[in-house]
Amino acid sequence: MTIKELEAIKKKRLLENAVRFGKKGVIEHEFLVCCSTGCISGGSKKVHEAFSSEIKAQKLKNYRINYSGCFGLCSAGPIVIAYPEGTFYVHVDPEGAREIVRATMRGEVVEKYLCKNHDGRYAKVRADIDFFKKQLFIVRKNGDKIDPSSMEDYISIDGYSALAKVLLEMTPQQVIKEVLESGLRGRGGAGFPTGKKWSYAQAEKSDIKYMICNADEGDPGAFMDRVIIESNPHSVIEGIAIAGYAIGAQNGIVYIRAEYPLARKMLEKAISESKKNGLIGKNIFGSGFDFDIVIKQGAGAFVCGEETALMHSVEGQRGEPTSRPPYPTTSGLYGKPTVINNVETLANIPHILLNGGKNYAKVGTEGSKGTKVFSLSGKIKNTGLIEMPMGTTIKEIIYDVGGGIPDNHKFKAVQMGGPSGGCIDAKNVDVKVDYDSLKDLGSMMGSGGMIVLDDTTCMVDIAKFFLGFTCDESCGKCVPCRVGTKRMLEMLTEITEGKGGKEKVEELEELANYVKDTSLCGLGQTAPNPVLSTLENYREEYLEHAEGKTCRAGVCPAFRQYKINPKECISCGACSRICPVGAISKGINGKYVIDQTKCINCGQCYKICPVQAIHIGKEG
Amino acid sequence: MEKRSKVIMFEKAISKYKKKDHIIDCLQLASETFGYIPEQVIDSIRKQLNVAKSEIYGVATFYSQFIFTPKAKYNISVCLGTACFVLGGEGLIKALKEKLKIDIGETTPDGKFKLQQVRCLGCCSMAPVISINEEIYSHVTVNDLDKILSECK
Repeated sequence: MTIKELEAIKKKRLLENAVRFGKKGVIEHEFLVCCSTGCISGGSKKVHEAFSSEIKAQKLKNYRINYSGCFGLCSAGPIVIAYPEGTFYVHVDPEGAREIVRATMRGEVVEKYLCKNHDGRYAKVRADIDFFKKQLFIVRKNGDKIDPSSMEDYISIDGYSALAKVLLEMTPQQVIKEVLESGLRGRGGAGFPTGKKWSYAQAEKSDIKYMICNADEGDPGAFMDRVIIESNPHSVIEGIAIAGYAIGAQNGIVYIRAEYPLARKMLEKAISESKKNGLIGKNIFGSGFDFDIVIKQGAGAFVCGEETALMHSVEGQRGEPTSRPPYPTTSGLYGKPTVINNVETLANIPHILLNGGKNYAKVGTEGSKGTKVFSLSGKIKNTGLIEMPMGTTIKEIIYDVGGGIPDNHKFKAVQMGGPSGGCIDAKNVDVKVDYDSLKDLGSMMGSGGMIVLDDTTCMVDIAKFFLGFTCDESCGKCVPCRVGTKRMLEMLTEITEGKGGKEKVEELEELANYVKDTSLCGLGQTAPNPVLSTLENYREEYLEHAEGKTCRAGVCPAFRQYKINPKECISCGACSRICPVGAISKGINGKYVIDQTKCINCGQCYKICPVQAIHIGKEG
Repeated sequence: MEKRSKVIMFEKAISKYKKKDHIIDCLQLASETFGYIPEQVIDSIRKQLNVAKSEIYGVATFYSQFIFTPKAKYNISVCLGTACFVLGGEGLIKALKEKLKIDIGETTPDGKFKLQQVRCLGCCSMAPVISINEEIYSHVTVNDLDKILSECK
């Protein structure tokens, strides 16, 4: 493809898609249905079908139906956007689809499918919805204007223009300078300056270099990279190619985890399309630059997100880490200079090169520039994907964007950085979210998982959960991590069972520090963080458990048992009918009793009992 | 034993791989073809790539994707990622164990269901989730399970 051809595609597609930019062209109305994993599981494919059949049934010629990427508000899916007005419909079902088509014909809006704001009023377009008001889209810019499976759509929003500009007008040094000026830091977790990493690899002399995109998003509670790939795969491809040019690599590799089948398919399709059109391959844009991208699929090992382990896995070996230095930029894949960047980092690149590094650096704080995509989940009203300028406070994210905690519960903490991160307590709600502020609080930016916890969450239980995760995923190569996490998990289990006393808590803390200081790779060094950061803020909770007193959140089974008070029971049987495991049966006196060996503590009976005869109490 | 014809098909498919780097690719292909890693194909891979059996096992056992027992008709994975955990994923596992009368990693005697736990399916905004053969079920409660299981025929 030449630059002229690129321009021609852009022009043609912009005309065809004019409706998405608020102008009426040949197509007067278009509906975009989200086809990301979230909305698909909510039934968006059936919604798409309903739109198609209704448009056909009404014999509408200038109407079009298409798929779009993720809008971020996954809790309100399936989501449909209706152009040219940009009406934002949520919770759409097939019946709603038909209604929306008919209303659109009359020039009306179906109010009941609109999004409700915190004040109870309906918001018509995306910009009016509270969830979106404070967000800033850079990585996900124009995501609402494209069908992710269409290369032409991506080109219509300036896609591949950055690559053309870089290849035809800039030297690799100039590209690196631009990225350095942008202040972009790695979005995978550690926050290493991207431009610096590139310049190290660029300075190496080698016939072969590798550019790897790390899409092994293994942190539980994080799904930014999946959504970026599913919603705009070409932006990642463009980013990889630019990075490849900057460091002098001819080979690009995307290492994607096996658990993301849809993302892999989207990426495969996008890569083959860009290869077919010469956007990847030999002599791109006639510049003489050759670049190829292949996909390597992971096989389900969390540690492979660590860069040295990842490279071993690409080489077909056990994904065990090795100690650094030498850093991959000197000796990486097959011993050649290699740069490994995260998906979100690379998706930022086209924007930086197109609009300039200085421009990019205007957003954010002193040490952290640009935006960060977070996945917001847990005990919060609006779950989904958000993109915030660096330096936004936790408070703004939880209350203004997330809509606060449901069911009038109290906000307790937010867990960031997954198994390597820590909890930020409610008292630090005004902290600015950037790399350095979070580190000062013993947490970390991580890849961007943000899990909100409320007063019904037990902090010891959460620490135990993460330890269980790292213990499972420890590759076993070094002793501190392999044995240390196991012993820590045992101690935590004992504590949640109400045993061990104060000494056990102190012992746990001591061991946590050892594991942190002596493990070989990032996984082990950060594994104790969930424990250390909760110990710092919630030591009393640990002590209450260890001394056998209470679990104040009412989570740990040793401190929690559902019991029916026979004096209050009216023998209605509601509890017995709702019990999913058949643990409740009628006793000899006609009153119901719970078989504790079968009970799974789901709390259904507690909720349904019409006379509140079921109580939560401590064992014994 | 797997059918000879299937194994021959598999051996043909891996004939493009020549180097040790491709152990994972071969194992992934075996998983796709057979649904698990049958012992006899380890031998096929050994011959094709000219590596020791121990090395192949070393790689295969490292990754959780590779399993050595056949899959069931319906493979239920309960997500225990952070969000799902916080919102009750553990209760789902307990209930499923009780209902199917199997433990994690086991298959029902009729080969219909297999129960697994996974660490994160990346669908945290719809937690808790379970997946059955790649299809995702969102906001699952213990009471939904009977209906979901009855849909698996």
